[in-house]
Amino acid sequence: MITAIGFVLALLLAVWSVKRCAAYEGPLTAAVFGLWVLFFWQAGVTVFEVPRVLLPSPWSIVLSMTEHAPTLGRDFVQTVLKAVLVGWLVGSAAGFAVGVAIDRLPFLQRGLLPVASLTSTIPLVAVAPIMVMWFGFEWPSKAAVVVLMTFFPMLVATLAGLQAAGKLERELMHSYAASYLQTLFDLRLPCAVPFIVGALKVNATLALIGAIVAEFFGSPTVGLGFRISTEAAKMNMSLVWGAIVVAAVTGSLAYTLLVQLERRWAFWHPSVRSK
Amino acid sequence: MMNKAGPIAVVLGVVLLLWYGGAVGLNSQGAIERVLADRPGWTTADLVAATLSMERPVLPAPHQVAADLYTSINDWPLDSPRNLLFHMAVTAQSTLVGFVLGTLFGVLLAAAIVHSRTLDRALLPWIVASQTVPVLAIAPIVLVILGSLGMSGVAPKAAIAMYLCFFPVTVAMVQGLRSPQRIDTELLHTYAATKLQAFWMLRLPAALPFLFPSLRVAIAAGLVGAMVAELPTGAQAGLGARLLTGSYYGNTVGIWSALVLSALLGLALTAAVAVVERLVLRGRPA
Repeated sequence: MITAIGFVLALLLAVWSVKRCAAYEGPLTAAVFGLWVLFFWQAGVTVFEVPRVLLPSPWSIVLSMTEHAPTLGRDFVQTVLKAVLVGWLVGSAAGFAVGVAIDRLPFLQRGLLPVASLTSTIPLVAVAPIMVMWFGFEWPSKAAVVVLMTFFPMLVATLAGLQAAGKLERELMHSYAASYLQTLFDLRLPCAVPFIVGALKVNATLALIGAIVAEFFGSPTVGLGFRISTEAAKMNMSLVWGAIVVAAVTGSLAYTLLVQLERRWAFWHPSVRSK
Repeated sequence: MMNKAGPIAVVLGVVLLLWYGGAVGLNSQGAIERVLADRPGWTTADLVAATLSMERPVLPAPHQVAADLYTSINDWPLDSPRNLLFHMAVTAQSTLVGFVLGTLFGVLLAAAIVHSRTLDRALLPWIVASQTVPVLAIAPIVLVILGSLGMSGVAPKAAIAMYLCFFPVTVAMVQGLRSPQRIDTELLHTYAATKLQAFWMLRLPAALPFLFPSLRVAIAAGLVGAMVAELPTGAQAGLGARLLTGSYYGNTVGIWSALVLSALLGLALTAAVAVVERLVLRGRPA
Protein backbone atom coordinates (compact mmCIF):
# COMPACT_ATOMS: atom_id res chain seq x y z
CA MET A 1 0.00 0.00 0.00
CA ILE A 2 2.72 2.44 1.05
CA THR A 3 4.86 1.51 -1.95
CA ALA A 4 1.85 2.04 -4.24
CA ILE A 5 1.28 5.53 -2.80
CA GLY A 6 5.00 6.22 -3.08
CA PHE A 7 5.00 5.22 -6.73
CA VAL A 8 2.00 7.38 -7.56
CA LEU A 9 3.58 10.35 -5.76
CA ALA A 10 6.91 9.83 -7.54
CA LEU A 11 5.12 9.54 -10.87
CA LEU A 12 3.23 12.80 -10.26
CA LEU A 13 6.48 14.49 -9.24
CA ALA A 14 8.19 13.14 -12.37
CA VAL A 15 5.45 14.35 -14.71
CA TRP A 16 5.36 17.76 -13.01
CA SER A 17 9.14 18.23 -13.06
CA VAL A 18 9.50 17.18 -16.71
CA LYS A 19 6.65 19.48 -17.69
CA ARG A 20 8.22 22.37 -15.79
CA CYS A 21 11.59 21.81 -17.46
CA ALA A 22 9.99 21.64 -20.91
CA ALA A 23 9.31 25.37 -20.67
CA TYR A 24 13.03 25.94 -21.21
CA GLU A 25 15.05 25.13 -24.28
CA GLY A 26 18.13 22.96 -24.26
CA PRO A 27 18.91 19.43 -23.19
CA LEU A 28 17.72 19.94 -19.59
CA THR A 29 14.32 18.25 -20.13
CA ALA A 30 15.85 15.22 -21.80
CA ALA A 31 18.38 14.86 -18.97
CA VAL A 32 15.68 15.10 -16.28
CA PHE A 33 13.52 12.63 -18.18
CA GLY A 34 16.45 10.22 -18.48
CA LEU A 35 17.14 10.45 -14.74
CA TRP A 36 13.47 9.70 -13.95
CA VAL A 37 13.54 6.68 -16.28
CA LEU A 38 16.61 5.40 -14.43
CA PHE A 39 14.86 6.05 -11.09
CA PHE A 40 11.70 4.14 -12.03
CA TRP A 41 13.76 1.36 -13.61
CA GLN A 42 15.76 0.94 -10.38
CA ALA A 43 12.75 1.34 -8.07
CA GLY A 44 10.50 -0.89 -10.15
CA VAL A 45 13.02 -3.70 -10.41
CA THR A 46 13.73 -3.54 -6.64
CA VAL A 47 10.14 -3.26 -5.42
CA PHE A 48 8.55 -5.80 -7.75
CA GLU A 49 11.58 -8.11 -7.43
CA VAL A 50 11.91 -8.55 -11.17
CA PRO A 51 14.21 -11.53 -11.79
CA ARG A 52 17.72 -10.46 -12.80
CA VAL A 53 17.45 -12.66 -15.86
CA LEU A 54 14.63 -10.51 -17.13
CA LEU A 55 15.86 -7.02 -16.33
CA PRO A 56 18.82 -6.13 -14.11
CA SER A 57 18.60 -2.82 -12.26
CA PRO A 58 20.79 0.08 -13.43
CA TRP A 59 22.77 -0.13 -10.19
CA SER A 60 23.56 -3.81 -10.68
CA ILE A 61 24.67 -2.99 -14.23
CA VAL A 62 27.07 -0.37 -12.84
CA LEU A 63 28.33 -2.85 -10.23
CA SER A 64 28.83 -5.51 -12.87
CA MET A 65 30.66 -3.03 -15.10
CA THR A 66 33.10 -2.06 -12.33
CA GLU A 67 33.56 -5.68 -11.32
CA HIS A 68 34.28 -6.79 -14.89
CA ALA A 69 36.08 -3.58 -15.92
CA PRO A 70 39.25 -5.41 -17.09
CA THR A 71 37.18 -7.82 -19.21
CA LEU A 72 35.16 -5.02 -20.77
CA GLY A 73 38.39 -3.08 -21.33
CA ARG A 74 39.87 -5.98 -23.28
CA ASP A 75 36.61 -6.31 -25.23
CA PHE A 76 36.75 -2.61 -26.05
CA VAL A 77 40.33 -2.87 -27.31
CA GLN A 78 39.51 -5.96 -29.37
CA THR A 79 36.29 -4.71 -30.97
CA VAL A 80 36.60 -0.93 -31.11
CA LEU A 81 40.30 -0.15 -31.30
CA LYS A 82 41.12 -3.04 -33.64
CA ALA A 83 38.16 -4.17 -35.74
CA VAL A 84 36.05 -1.01 -35.84
CA LEU A 85 38.80 1.59 -36.08
CA VAL A 86 40.88 -0.25 -38.69
CA GLY A 87 37.84 -1.27 -40.73
CA TRP A 88 36.28 2.19 -40.56
CA LEU A 89 39.50 3.92 -41.63
CA VAL A 90 40.30 1.48 -44.43
CA GLY A 91 36.71 1.28 -45.72
CA SER A 92 36.17 5.04 -45.67
CA ALA A 93 39.58 5.76 -47.21
CA ALA A 94 38.98 3.21 -49.96
CA GLY A 95 35.53 4.61 -50.71
CA PHE A 96 36.97 8.12 -50.86
CA ALA A 97 39.90 7.06 -53.06
CA VAL A 98 37.68 5.22 -55.54
CA GLY A 99 35.26 8.14 -55.58
CA VAL A 100 38.03 10.61 -56.47
CA ALA A 101 39.61 8.18 -58.93
CA ILE A 102 36.47 7.64 -61.00
CA ASP A 103 35.57 11.33 -60.87
CA ARG A 104 36.93 11.79 -64.39
CA LEU A 105 35.18 8.70 -65.76
CA PRO A 106 31.50 9.59 -66.19
CA PHE A 107 30.83 6.19 -67.73
CA LEU A 108 32.00 4.33 -64.61
CA GLN A 109 30.18 6.82 -62.40
CA ARG A 110 26.89 6.22 -64.15
CA GLY A 111 27.36 2.49 -63.75
CA LEU A 112 28.80 2.41 -60.25
CA LEU A 113 26.61 4.99 -58.50
CA PRO A 114 23.28 3.10 -58.82
CA VAL A 115 24.95 -0.17 -57.82
CA ALA A 116 26.65 1.45 -54.81
CA SER A 117 23.40 3.11 -53.72
CA LEU A 118 21.55 -0.20 -53.93
CA THR A 119 24.02 -1.87 -51.56
CA SER A 120 22.47 0.12 -48.70
CA THR A 121 19.37 -2.07 -49.06
CA ILE A 122 21.37 -5.29 -48.85
CA PRO A 123 22.14 -6.84 -45.45
CA LEU A 124 25.92 -6.68 -45.93
CA VAL A 125 26.55 -7.91 -42.36
CA ALA A 126 25.58 -11.33 -43.65
CA VAL A 127 29.03 -11.71 -45.26
CA ALA A 128 30.37 -12.16 -41.71
CA PRO A 129 30.48 -16.01 -41.82
CA ILE A 130 32.40 -15.89 -45.11
CA MET A 131 34.89 -13.38 -43.73
CA VAL A 132 35.35 -15.56 -40.64
CA MET A 133 36.15 -18.49 -42.97
CA TRP A 134 38.62 -16.43 -45.00
CA PHE A 135 40.38 -14.43 -42.32
CA GLY A 136 39.93 -16.58 -39.23
CA PHE A 137 38.29 -15.84 -35.89
CA GLU A 138 40.54 -12.92 -34.95
CA TRP A 139 39.77 -9.25 -35.53
CA PRO A 140 40.83 -8.98 -39.21
CA SER A 141 37.68 -10.84 -40.27
CA LYS A 142 35.54 -8.30 -38.39
CA ALA A 143 37.53 -5.43 -39.86
CA ALA A 144 36.88 -6.92 -43.33
CA VAL A 145 33.11 -6.88 -42.70
CA VAL A 146 33.39 -3.26 -41.53
CA VAL A 147 35.42 -2.33 -44.63
CA LEU A 148 32.71 -3.74 -46.88
CA MET A 149 29.93 -1.97 -44.96
CA THR A 150 31.63 1.44 -44.85
CA PHE A 151 33.01 1.46 -48.40
CA PHE A 152 29.79 2.13 -50.33
CA PRO A 153 28.31 4.98 -48.22
CA MET A 154 31.64 6.82 -48.52
CA LEU A 155 31.83 6.20 -52.27
CA VAL A 156 28.31 7.55 -52.80
CA ALA A 157 28.97 10.57 -50.56
CA THR A 158 32.28 11.38 -52.26
CA LEU A 159 30.73 11.25 -55.71
CA ALA A 160 27.84 13.44 -54.58
CA GLY A 161 30.20 15.83 -52.78
CA LEU A 162 32.44 16.29 -55.81
CA GLN A 163 29.37 17.38 -57.80
CA ALA A 164 28.42 19.90 -55.11
CA ALA A 165 30.60 22.79 -56.26
CA GLY A 166 28.50 25.35 -58.11
CA LYS A 167 28.73 26.02 -61.82
CA LEU A 168 29.68 29.63 -61.18
CA GLU A 169 32.67 28.72 -59.01
CA ARG A 170 33.84 26.08 -61.49
CA GLU A 171 33.69 28.56 -64.33
CA LEU A 172 35.63 31.02 -62.24
CA MET A 173 38.37 28.42 -61.69
CA HIS A 174 38.28 27.70 -65.43
CA SER A 175 38.73 31.37 -66.23
CA TYR A 176 41.79 31.38 -63.93
CA ALA A 177 43.15 28.57 -66.15
CA ALA A 178 43.27 26.35 -63.10
CA SER A 179 44.34 22.77 -63.81
CA TYR A 180 42.14 19.78 -62.94
CA LEU A 181 44.11 19.11 -59.78
CA GLN A 182 44.00 22.76 -58.68
CA THR A 183 40.22 22.84 -59.13
CA LEU A 184 39.97 19.54 -57.28
CA PHE A 185 42.00 20.61 -54.27
CA ASP A 186 41.03 24.28 -54.04
CA LEU A 187 37.35 24.07 -54.88
CA ARG A 188 35.71 20.69 -55.26
CA LEU A 189 37.23 18.74 -52.35
CA PRO A 190 36.51 21.54 -49.85
CA CYS A 191 32.94 21.63 -51.16
CA ALA A 192 32.72 17.86 -50.65
CA VAL A 193 33.78 18.00 -47.00
CA PRO A 194 30.24 18.19 -45.51
CA PHE A 195 29.23 15.12 -47.53
CA ILE A 196 32.36 13.23 -46.52
CA VAL A 197 32.00 14.01 -42.82
CA GLY A 198 28.34 12.99 -43.08
CA ALA A 199 29.41 9.63 -44.49
CA LEU A 200 32.02 9.29 -41.73
CA LYS A 201 29.22 9.73 -39.17
CA VAL A 202 26.97 7.16 -40.81
CA ASN A 203 29.94 4.82 -41.15
CA ALA A 204 30.85 5.11 -37.46
CA THR A 205 27.51 3.60 -36.44
CA LEU A 206 27.60 1.05 -39.26
CA ALA A 207 31.12 0.00 -38.26
CA LEU A 208 30.11 -0.64 -34.65
CA ILE A 209 27.08 -2.66 -35.74
CA GLY A 210 29.15 -4.59 -38.28
CA ALA A 211 31.90 -5.53 -35.85
CA ILE A 212 29.51 -6.53 -33.06
CA VAL A 213 27.24 -8.60 -35.30
CA ALA A 214 30.22 -10.21 -37.04
CA GLU A 215 31.37 -11.43 -33.63
CA PHE A 216 28.04 -13.21 -33.20
CA PHE A 217 29.17 -15.47 -36.07
CA GLY A 218 32.36 -16.61 -34.41
CA SER A 219 35.18 -14.85 -32.58
CA PRO A 220 38.00 -15.44 -30.13
CA THR A 221 36.86 -15.34 -26.49
CA VAL A 222 37.10 -11.56 -26.37
CA GLY A 223 35.12 -8.72 -27.94
CA LEU A 224 31.95 -6.79 -27.24
CA GLY A 225 29.81 -8.87 -29.59
CA PHE A 226 31.20 -12.09 -28.14
CA ARG A 227 30.51 -10.79 -24.61
CA ILE A 228 26.92 -9.88 -25.50
CA SER A 229 26.10 -13.20 -27.13
CA THR A 230 27.81 -15.53 -24.63
CA GLU A 231 26.72 -13.72 -21.46
CA ALA A 232 23.16 -13.58 -22.83
CA ALA A 233 23.33 -17.35 -23.31
CA LYS A 234 24.59 -17.67 -19.70
CA MET A 235 21.74 -15.38 -18.52
CA ASN A 236 24.26 -12.99 -16.98
CA MET A 237 22.23 -10.02 -18.13
CA SER A 238 23.95 -7.28 -16.09
CA LEU A 239 27.19 -7.87 -17.98
CA VAL A 240 25.32 -7.95 -21.31
CA TRP A 241 23.87 -4.53 -20.47
CA GLY A 242 27.36 -3.41 -19.41
CA ALA A 243 28.80 -4.36 -22.81
CA ILE A 244 25.94 -2.53 -24.50
CA VAL A 245 26.59 0.58 -22.40
CA VAL A 246 30.22 0.49 -23.56
CA ALA A 247 29.12 0.19 -27.19
CA ALA A 248 26.54 2.97 -26.83
CA VAL A 249 28.97 5.37 -25.17
CA THR A 250 31.55 4.60 -27.87
CA GLY A 251 29.01 5.33 -30.60
CA SER A 252 27.92 8.65 -29.09
CA LEU A 253 31.50 9.73 -28.40
CA ALA A 254 32.55 8.96 -31.96
CA TYR A 255 29.59 10.96 -33.22
CA THR A 256 30.41 13.92 -30.97
CA LEU A 257 34.04 13.89 -32.12
CA LEU A 258 32.96 13.86 -35.77
CA VAL A 259 30.59 16.78 -35.18
CA GLN A 260 33.52 18.73 -33.71
CA LEU A 261 35.58 17.80 -36.76
CA GLU A 262 32.77 19.01 -39.02
CA ARG A 263 32.70 22.37 -37.20
CA ARG A 264 36.40 22.76 -37.82
CA TRP A 265 36.52 21.57 -41.45
CA ALA A 266 33.19 22.77 -42.77
CA PHE A 267 32.69 25.89 -40.67
CA TRP A 268 31.58 27.79 -43.77
CA HIS A 269 28.71 25.43 -44.63
CA PRO A 270 25.21 26.84 -43.97
CA SER A 271 24.13 23.78 -41.95
CA VAL A 272 27.09 24.29 -39.58
CA ARG A 273 26.90 28.08 -39.44
CA SER A 274 23.25 28.08 -38.41
CA LYS A 275 24.06 26.17 -35.20
CA MET B 1 17.34 5.63 -67.08
CA MET B 2 18.28 4.34 -70.53
CA ASN B 3 21.69 5.96 -70.54
CA LYS B 4 22.44 4.21 -67.27
CA ALA B 5 21.64 0.65 -68.39
CA GLY B 6 24.83 0.24 -70.41
CA PRO B 7 27.26 1.43 -67.72
CA ILE B 8 25.45 -0.60 -65.04
CA ALA B 9 25.68 -3.71 -67.20
CA VAL B 10 29.41 -3.10 -67.69
CA VAL B 11 29.97 -2.64 -63.94
CA LEU B 12 28.02 -5.80 -63.11
CA GLY B 13 29.94 -7.67 -65.82
CA VAL B 14 33.25 -6.54 -64.32
CA VAL B 15 32.04 -7.68 -60.88
CA LEU B 16 31.17 -11.11 -62.33
CA LEU B 17 34.58 -11.35 -64.04
CA LEU B 18 36.35 -10.38 -60.79
CA TRP B 19 34.28 -13.00 -58.99
CA TYR B 20 35.41 -15.72 -61.44
CA GLY B 21 38.99 -14.49 -61.23
CA GLY B 22 38.80 -14.51 -57.44
CA ALA B 23 37.34 -18.01 -57.47
CA VAL B 24 40.21 -19.32 -59.59
CA GLY B 25 42.83 -17.51 -57.50
CA LEU B 26 41.47 -18.36 -54.06
CA ASN B 27 40.59 -21.97 -54.83
CA SER B 28 43.73 -22.93 -56.73
CA GLN B 29 45.72 -23.99 -53.66
CA GLY B 30 42.92 -26.22 -52.38
CA ALA B 31 42.32 -27.60 -55.87
CA ILE B 32 45.99 -28.54 -56.28
CA GLU B 33 46.05 -30.23 -52.89
CA ARG B 34 42.72 -32.02 -52.96
CA VAL B 35 41.54 -32.51 -56.54
CA LEU B 36 44.66 -32.66 -58.68
CA ALA B 37 46.95 -34.47 -56.22
CA ASP B 38 46.16 -37.90 -57.72
CA ARG B 39 46.33 -36.64 -61.31
CA PRO B 40 49.95 -35.92 -62.17
CA GLY B 41 50.66 -33.90 -65.27
CA TRP B 42 47.66 -31.57 -65.00
CA THR B 43 47.52 -28.46 -67.12
CA THR B 44 46.38 -24.92 -66.36
CA ALA B 45 43.04 -25.67 -68.01
CA ASP B 46 42.55 -28.60 -65.62
CA LEU B 47 43.36 -26.33 -62.69
CA VAL B 48 40.86 -23.67 -63.75
CA ALA B 49 38.17 -26.29 -64.35
CA ALA B 50 38.88 -27.81 -60.93
CA THR B 51 38.74 -24.47 -59.11
CA LEU B 52 35.33 -23.71 -60.59
CA SER B 53 33.70 -27.01 -59.63
CA MET B 54 35.03 -27.78 -56.16
CA GLU B 55 33.01 -29.45 -53.44
CA ARG B 56 33.85 -26.92 -50.70
CA PRO B 57 35.55 -23.99 -52.39
CA VAL B 58 36.97 -21.00 -50.55
CA LEU B 59 34.98 -18.85 -52.97
CA PRO B 60 32.31 -20.66 -55.00
CA ALA B 61 31.94 -19.56 -58.61
CA PRO B 62 28.74 -17.69 -59.55
CA HIS B 63 27.39 -20.60 -61.59
CA GLN B 64 27.82 -22.94 -58.59
CA VAL B 65 25.75 -20.58 -56.44
CA ALA B 66 23.16 -20.28 -59.19
CA ALA B 67 23.00 -24.06 -59.56
CA ASP B 68 22.63 -24.49 -55.79
CA LEU B 69 19.83 -21.93 -55.71
CA TYR B 70 18.13 -23.58 -58.67
CA THR B 71 18.18 -27.10 -57.21
CA SER B 72 17.06 -25.93 -53.78
CA ILE B 73 14.15 -23.94 -55.22
CA ASN B 74 13.21 -26.37 -57.97
CA ASP B 75 13.75 -29.82 -56.47
CA TRP B 76 12.10 -29.37 -53.09
CA PRO B 77 8.53 -28.41 -52.19
CA LEU B 78 7.96 -24.89 -50.94
CA ASP B 79 7.33 -25.96 -47.33
CA SER B 80 10.51 -28.04 -47.11
CA PRO B 81 13.39 -26.63 -45.03
CA ARG B 82 15.64 -27.66 -47.92
CA ASN B 83 14.01 -25.01 -50.09
CA LEU B 84 15.66 -21.62 -49.64
CA LEU B 85 12.46 -19.82 -50.62
CA PHE B 86 10.93 -21.24 -47.44
CA HIS B 87 13.66 -19.59 -45.37
CA MET B 88 13.30 -16.39 -47.31
CA ALA B 89 9.57 -16.35 -46.58
CA VAL B 90 10.23 -16.87 -42.86
CA THR B 91 12.65 -13.93 -42.76
CA ALA B 92 10.43 -11.76 -44.94
CA GLN B 93 7.45 -12.44 -42.68
CA SER B 94 9.14 -11.29 -39.48
CA THR B 95 10.69 -8.32 -41.30
CA LEU B 96 7.34 -7.18 -42.66
CA VAL B 97 5.42 -7.66 -39.41
CA GLY B 98 8.10 -5.70 -37.55
CA PHE B 99 8.24 -3.06 -40.27
CA VAL B 100 4.48 -2.42 -40.25
CA LEU B 101 4.30 -2.27 -36.44
CA GLY B 102 7.44 -0.15 -36.16
CA THR B 103 6.21 2.30 -38.79
CA LEU B 104 2.78 2.64 -37.14
CA PHE B 105 4.38 3.15 -33.75
CA GLY B 106 6.90 5.63 -35.15
CA VAL B 107 4.23 7.69 -36.92
CA LEU B 108 2.01 7.73 -33.81
CA LEU B 109 4.87 8.82 -31.58
CA ALA B 110 5.92 11.50 -34.07
CA ALA B 111 2.35 12.84 -34.10
CA ALA B 112 2.38 12.96 -30.30
CA ILE B 113 5.79 14.67 -30.23
CA VAL B 114 4.68 17.34 -32.70
CA HIS B 115 1.65 18.19 -30.57
CA SER B 116 3.33 18.15 -27.15
CA ARG B 117 6.24 20.35 -26.21
CA THR B 118 6.95 18.18 -23.18
CA LEU B 119 7.29 14.98 -25.23
CA ASP B 120 9.29 16.90 -27.81
CA ARG B 121 11.90 18.10 -25.35
CA ALA B 122 11.96 14.97 -23.19
CA LEU B 123 11.92 12.23 -25.84
CA LEU B 124 13.18 13.57 -29.14
CA PRO B 125 16.83 14.14 -28.07
CA TRP B 126 17.01 10.52 -26.93
CA ILE B 127 15.50 9.21 -30.17
CA VAL B 128 17.91 11.29 -32.25
CA ALA B 129 20.84 10.16 -30.08
CA SER B 130 19.81 6.53 -30.54
CA GLN B 131 20.77 6.88 -34.22
CA THR B 132 24.43 7.10 -33.19
CA VAL B 133 24.27 3.98 -31.02
CA PRO B 134 24.44 0.37 -32.27
CA VAL B 135 20.89 -0.43 -31.09
CA LEU B 136 21.07 -3.75 -32.90
CA ALA B 137 23.33 -4.96 -30.06
CA ILE B 138 20.27 -5.10 -27.76
CA ALA B 139 18.81 -7.87 -29.93
CA PRO B 140 20.09 -10.76 -27.74
CA ILE B 141 18.55 -9.08 -24.67
CA VAL B 142 15.18 -8.72 -26.38
CA LEU B 143 15.36 -12.38 -27.38
CA VAL B 144 16.13 -13.46 -23.80
CA ILE B 145 13.37 -11.31 -22.27
CA LEU B 146 10.70 -12.31 -24.78
CA GLY B 147 11.88 -15.91 -24.62
CA SER B 148 11.47 -16.07 -20.84
CA LEU B 149 8.03 -14.49 -21.24
CA GLY B 150 7.17 -17.55 -23.33
CA MET B 151 7.19 -15.93 -26.75
CA SER B 152 8.76 -17.76 -29.64
CA GLY B 153 8.54 -17.92 -33.41
CA VAL B 154 7.80 -14.73 -35.27
CA ALA B 155 7.15 -12.46 -32.26
CA PRO B 156 10.72 -11.94 -30.95
CA LYS B 157 12.15 -11.50 -34.44
CA ALA B 158 9.41 -9.07 -35.40
CA ALA B 159 9.98 -7.17 -32.14
CA ILE B 160 13.64 -6.60 -33.05
CA ALA B 161 12.78 -5.60 -36.61
CA MET B 162 10.13 -3.29 -35.14
CA TYR B 163 12.38 -1.30 -32.83
CA LEU B 164 15.00 -0.96 -35.56
CA CYS B 165 12.36 0.41 -37.98
CA PHE B 166 10.87 2.69 -35.36
CA PHE B 167 13.76 5.12 -34.79
CA PRO B 168 14.38 6.41 -38.33
CA VAL B 169 10.64 6.67 -39.01
CA THR B 170 10.03 8.75 -35.88
CA VAL B 171 12.88 11.15 -36.62
CA ALA B 172 11.80 11.67 -40.23
CA MET B 173 8.11 12.01 -39.38
CA VAL B 174 8.74 14.67 -36.73
CA GLN B 175 10.68 16.60 -39.33
CA GLY B 176 7.98 16.04 -41.94
CA LEU B 177 5.01 16.93 -39.73
CA ARG B 178 6.77 20.20 -38.92
CA SER B 179 7.56 20.99 -42.56
CA PRO B 180 4.38 22.97 -43.49
CA GLN B 181 5.07 26.65 -43.96
CA ARG B 182 3.75 29.14 -41.49
CA ILE B 183 1.53 30.68 -44.17
CA ASP B 184 -0.23 27.32 -44.64
CA THR B 185 -0.86 26.75 -40.96
CA GLU B 186 -2.18 30.29 -40.64
CA LEU B 187 -4.51 29.77 -43.57
CA LEU B 188 -5.97 26.70 -41.87
CA HIS B 189 -6.25 28.73 -38.70
CA THR B 190 -8.34 31.36 -40.48
CA TYR B 191 -10.60 28.54 -41.68
CA ALA B 192 -11.07 27.68 -37.98
CA ALA B 193 -9.69 24.19 -38.68
CA THR B 194 -9.27 21.99 -35.63
CA LYS B 195 -5.89 20.45 -34.77
CA LEU B 196 -7.17 17.13 -36.06
CA GLN B 197 -8.24 18.61 -39.36
CA ALA B 198 -4.94 20.42 -39.70
CA PHE B 199 -3.18 17.12 -39.07
CA TRP B 200 -5.08 15.19 -41.73
CA MET B 201 -5.24 17.91 -44.36
CA LEU B 202 -1.92 19.67 -44.00
CA ARG B 203 0.65 18.02 -41.75
CA LEU B 204 0.28 14.40 -42.83
CA PRO B 205 0.34 15.06 -46.61
CA ALA B 206 3.29 17.39 -46.12
CA ALA B 207 5.15 14.72 -44.14
CA LEU B 208 4.85 11.96 -46.76
CA PRO B 209 7.92 12.99 -48.81
CA PHE B 210 9.92 12.76 -45.56
CA LEU B 211 8.35 9.45 -44.58
CA PHE B 212 9.25 7.36 -47.62
CA PRO B 213 13.06 7.78 -47.59
CA SER B 214 12.98 6.82 -43.92
CA LEU B 215 10.84 3.78 -44.77
CA ARG B 216 13.53 2.60 -47.17
CA VAL B 217 16.14 2.94 -44.43
CA ALA B 218 13.78 1.26 -41.97
CA ILE B 219 13.00 -1.82 -44.02
CA ALA B 220 16.69 -2.43 -44.72
CA ALA B 221 17.42 -2.10 -40.98
CA GLY B 222 14.46 -4.36 -40.18
CA LEU B 223 15.78 -7.06 -42.50
CA VAL B 224 19.19 -6.99 -40.82
CA GLY B 225 17.42 -7.13 -37.45
CA ALA B 226 15.29 -10.12 -38.43
CA MET B 227 18.33 -11.99 -39.72
CA VAL B 228 20.42 -11.25 -36.63
CA ALA B 229 17.47 -12.32 -34.47
CA GLU B 230 17.61 -15.73 -36.12
CA LEU B 231 21.18 -16.32 -34.93
CA PRO B 232 21.25 -16.93 -31.18
CA THR B 233 17.89 -18.66 -30.81
CA GLY B 234 19.12 -21.67 -32.70
CA ALA B 235 16.27 -20.92 -35.06
CA GLN B 236 15.50 -23.73 -37.47
CA ALA B 237 14.29 -21.48 -40.24
CA GLY B 238 15.21 -18.19 -41.83
CA LEU B 239 18.08 -16.85 -43.92
CA GLY B 240 20.09 -15.89 -40.81
CA ALA B 241 19.81 -19.45 -39.50
CA ARG B 242 20.92 -20.77 -42.92
CA LEU B 243 24.01 -18.54 -42.77
CA LEU B 244 24.89 -19.87 -39.32
CA THR B 245 24.37 -23.56 -40.16
CA GLY B 246 26.32 -23.02 -43.37
CA SER B 247 29.26 -21.63 -41.43
CA TYR B 248 29.06 -24.49 -38.86
CA TYR B 249 29.30 -27.16 -41.55
CA GLY B 250 31.69 -25.31 -43.84
CA ASN B 251 29.08 -25.36 -46.59
CA THR B 252 30.39 -22.34 -48.51
CA VAL B 253 28.03 -22.71 -51.46
CA GLY B 254 25.09 -22.76 -49.02
CA ILE B 255 26.29 -19.57 -47.33
CA TRP B 256 26.61 -17.79 -50.66
CA SER B 257 23.16 -18.92 -51.77
CA ALA B 258 21.66 -17.58 -48.54
CA LEU B 259 23.66 -14.38 -49.00
CA VAL B 260 22.46 -13.89 -52.58
CA LEU B 261 18.88 -14.57 -51.55
CA SER B 262 19.05 -12.13 -48.63
CA ALA B 263 20.42 -9.47 -51.00
CA LEU B 264 17.54 -10.16 -53.39
CA LEU B 265 15.08 -9.99 -50.49
CA GLY B 266 16.52 -6.62 -49.45
CA LEU B 267 16.21 -5.31 -53.01
CA ALA B 268 12.66 -6.64 -53.34
CA LEU B 269 11.51 -5.10 -50.05
CA THR B 270 13.00 -1.72 -50.96
CA ALA B 271 11.46 -1.93 -54.42
CA ALA B 272 8.07 -2.62 -52.82
CA VAL B 273 8.44 0.51 -50.67
CA ALA B 274 9.39 2.47 -53.79
CA VAL B 275 6.29 1.23 -55.62
CA VAL B 276 4.05 2.27 -52.72
CA GLU B 277 5.81 5.64 -52.68
CA ARG B 278 5.14 6.16 -56.36
CA LEU B 279 1.47 5.22 -55.95
CA VAL B 280 0.94 7.48 -52.94
CA LEU B 281 2.87 10.48 -54.22
CA ARG B 282 1.38 10.15 -57.72
CA GLY B 283 0.68 13.48 -59.36
CA ARG B 284 2.87 15.48 -57.00
CA PRO B 285 5.61 17.65 -58.41
CA ALA B 286 8.93 15.95 -57.77
